[in-house]
Amino acid sequence: MLHIYCPHCRELREEEEFHAKGQAHIARPLDPDACTDKEWGEYLFFRKNPRGLHHEIWYHTAGCRKFFNLTRDTQTYEIKEIYKIGEQPEVTADKG
Amino acid sequence: MSETLAPEKVATENVAVMNQLAGRGVRAESPLYHAGLDKLSALNPRAGGVLLRELKLLGHLTLRGSQKNASFMNGCAEVLGLALPTLPLTSVEKGGVSIRWISPDEWLVVLPADQAYEVERGLRAAIEGHFSVVNVSGGQTILELSGPNACDVLKKSTVLDVHPSQFPVGKVAGTVFAKSTALVRRSGEASWELVIRRSFADYVWLWLQDASREYGLVIKS
Repeated sequence: MLHIYCPHCRELREEEEFHAKGQAHIARPLDPDACTDKEWGEYLFFRKNPRGLHHEIWYHTAGCRKFFNLTRDTQTYEIKEIYKIGEQPEVTADKG
Repeated sequence: MSETLAPEKVATENVAVMNQLAGRGVRAESPLYHAGLDKLSALNPRAGGVLLRELKLLGHLTLRGSQKNASFMNGCAEVLGLALPTLPLTSVEKGGVSIRWISPDEWLVVLPADQAYEVERGLRAAIEGHFSVVNVSGGQTILELSGPNACDVLKKSTVLDVHPSQFPVGKVAGTVFAKSTALVRRSGEASWELVIRRSFADYVWLWLQDASREYGLVIKS
């Protein structure tokens, strides 16, 4: 079980209270009509599956019902960083 | 924060607000009406480690707004007679009114049912900008657990750390409770309040009977 720090409740809580919502920082194309099918398809369906650092969105379902970002190592499950929606990660693969 | 979350200066449009309280001739039924807790409390004078009471048919208002909106914060303090708690996981209580922090922009106000309509109208009149107040009285109920073993029942039911050093009196936490969810508040050294969803009320009631069997469950009316 992961022990996750909720940046809104400002407390460590059990993983059971959270839902993982997949890869973070996926920008919606500004002009969907101008996208090729490939670009739109990749935006909708294609996700990273890295071995190592992964930036994810998590949702505090049972608690404050807020979303936040979390950087996790997919090999060790270690949580490297937690930051709010709209913020950029400090810990990234190229820096690490 | 994105700009869309900033308090807007636009006037709130008129919203249809209804007094949800039926007249005197109508029988009000709490979500646990079918359990007959009043009858059980009369039949059940034996001693036990866990005392259960339903704080039923109270007024519940869900309040949402930005802490940066001074009109929202001041208006709430003025109408409710209590400032909204801004520190995470805290609650305030005065007289019959209690306010639980749910998230940085959401609070649950619990008050006597006959005040809910007036307070809701008062809030709408007092606050300007982007906010929301919804009467959710019919959607949830509150169970109060107390007694020397209430804490043990909680330990079986939730992943929260309920030790007094981690969960002091007045603290509030939304959490997983027996695979359902509850907003747990420590209302005293040995008493706890669970705000539960109406649709889960029967399930939680069955769960609590089972979980407290070994300590002895006493129903209070």
